[in-house]
Amino acid sequence: MLLIECPWCGPREQVEFTYAGDAKPRRPQPAAGQQAFFEYVYLRDNPRGPHRELWHHTGGCRRFLVVTRDTLTHAISATAPVDKAGT
Amino acid sequence: MASYSFLAIAKNALAGHRNWPRAWRDPEPRPRYQVVIVGAGGHGLATAYYLAKEHGITDVAVLEKGWLGGGNTGRNTTIIRSNYLLDANARLYDFSLKLWEGLSRDLNYNVMASQRGVLNLGHSDAQMDGYARRGNAMRLNGIDAELLGREDVQRMVPLLDFSREARFPIYGGLLQRRGGTARHDALAWGLARAADRRGVDIIQNCEVTGIRVEGGRVRGVETSRGDIAADKVGIAVAGHTSHVAAMAGLRLPIESHVLQAFVSEPLKPFLHTVVTFGAGHFYVSQSDKGELVMGGDLDMYNSYAQRGNMPMVEHTLACGLSLFPSFSRLRMMRLWGGVNDMTMDGSPIIAKTPIEGFYINGGWCYGGFKASPGSGWVFAHTIAQDRPHALNEAFALERFERGYVLDEKGAGPTPNAH
Repeated sequence: MLLIECPWCGPREQVEFTYAGDAKPRRPQPAAGQQAFFEYVYLRDNPRGPHRELWHHTGGCRRFLVVTRDTLTHAISATAPVDKAGT
Repeated sequence: MASYSFLAIAKNALAGHRNWPRAWRDPEPRPRYQVVIVGAGGHGLATAYYLAKEHGITDVAVLEKGWLGGGNTGRNTTIIRSNYLLDANARLYDFSLKLWEGLSRDLNYNVMASQRGVLNLGHSDAQMDGYARRGNAMRLNGIDAELLGREDVQRMVPLLDFSREARFPIYGGLLQRRGGTARHDALAWGLARAADRRGVDIIQNCEVTGIRVEGGRVRGVETSRGDIAADKVGIAVAGHTSHVAAMAGLRLPIESHVLQAFVSEPLKPFLHTVVTFGAGHFYVSQSDKGELVMGGDLDMYNSYAQRGNMPMVEHTLACGLSLFPSFSRLRMMRLWGGVNDMTMDGSPIIAKTPIEGFYINGGWCYGGFKASPGSGWVFAHTIAQDRPHALNEAFALERFERGYVLDEKGAGPTPNAH
C-alpha cells in the first residue's frame, strides 16, 4: 500500500486516490500545430526511475497533487499541490 | 543435437536420464552479426527462429539481459486466444493461434497448447449484445465463436454463482473453443532450442546498454559484454520498450504499468476452460498441476517494479469470490507482478522506425504471450524484407500521429484504461 502525503489532508492510503498520469505533458496553445498536439496526447517519457505524476484525492479533499515517485521502487520522495508545482 | 521422440525417451530412460545433451549452446558473442534481436523472451526467440526458418537468415544473435524467458514470458497467465473485434487484431492473433496449433510438432518440443476454450461471461443484456457483435465480427474473420445462454454456461462451469443473490447475474457468455492455455516456459525453451539448431546465437546475461546510430542508420549495440555491430537491430523487450528505444533517441506512445497474477494451491480438476468475469477485473484457469491461475487488472500507476500492491490483490480476489463463492477457503501459493507496455490505443507496435535498420516489437499491453509465434513471424518478415507483412501493416508506429489507432475498447489515449 502506498502512503501518499496529501498537502491538504496529510498522509493517506493509496486507495483514497485516483492516478491521473504523467504530470509533464502540458496542453499546447491552440495554434501550436499538429505535431505539438500529437506529442501532448500520445508521447510519454515513461522513465524508469523518478516520475512526476498527478494523483487526484478522490476519496478526500478532491484536489489534484503532484507526486514524485520512483517507478522502480515505488518510493515517494515528494508531494506538492498542483498549482505550486506549476503543472 | 538429439531430436525428441518416444524412442529418445526410452533410450535415455535406460541410461537413467544422465545423457541428455544440452538443449541449446551458450556461445560467446561475436563482434558482428547481420541481425541482433534484443530480448530472449517468446517474441524475440520466435523472431530469431522465423528469421532462420522462413528467410534463411541465420547470422543472428538474441541478446538477453537476464536468463532466457525470465521476463514477461515467465510472468504471464499462459492464455492463448484470438477473440478480437477489430480486423487487424483478429487477423494477427488468429494467425498466431494457428501457429500455436502446430507449434509442438514444428519445434519438436511440447509447448502443451491446450485448446480448452476461453469463455467471457456476460452479465447484462447490453453486454450480451456486445458479445453477439464481437462474435459475429470474429466469425466474419474466419474465427470460431459461440454465443452461449445461461444454461449452457451453467453446464460448462457449474461452480459459478448462479444463485438469486449473485451481485452480477450470469446471462450467458461468448466462447472461443479454439482458445485455451499453453506452457509459457516451454514456449521459450522450445523456440530457443529450435532457433539454436538453425545456427542462431542466444546470448544470456548480456544487457544492452546503448544502441549505436550513425547518420540515421543503426550500426549495432553496446552491451555489458562488449560492443556488437549489426546491420539490423530489432527490439522485443515489451515492458521496457520505452527504456530501450530511448537509447536510440525515440520517444514512444507507451507507459509501463504493473499487472499482478496469482496462483492457488492445487485442486482436483474442476475447471475445464478459461473463464473471464465480464463485470469485474478477474479471470481464471486451472493449470495441469491443478493450481488456479488468476489475474485481474493493472495497479493503475506507472511501474517497472515487477511487483504490485495489496489493494489490487484484494480487489481481484474479491471479484473472484463474487463469481466463485466456493473459492473462499482456497489458500494462495504465489503472487507476482510483470511490467506491461501499455500503448495509447491498447494494441501493439510491430514496425519499422524512423531509424533505418532499427525495428520495434512492443507495446503488447496484457496480451503478449498468445501473440508470441505470430508476432515473431511478422517481425521476422519486417526485419528480413525491411517492410511490414500484410498482417502487421496496421501496427505501424505512425498510426497514432495519422489517426489510424487500433482501439479495441474505444477507451481513448489513456494507457491504463485498455
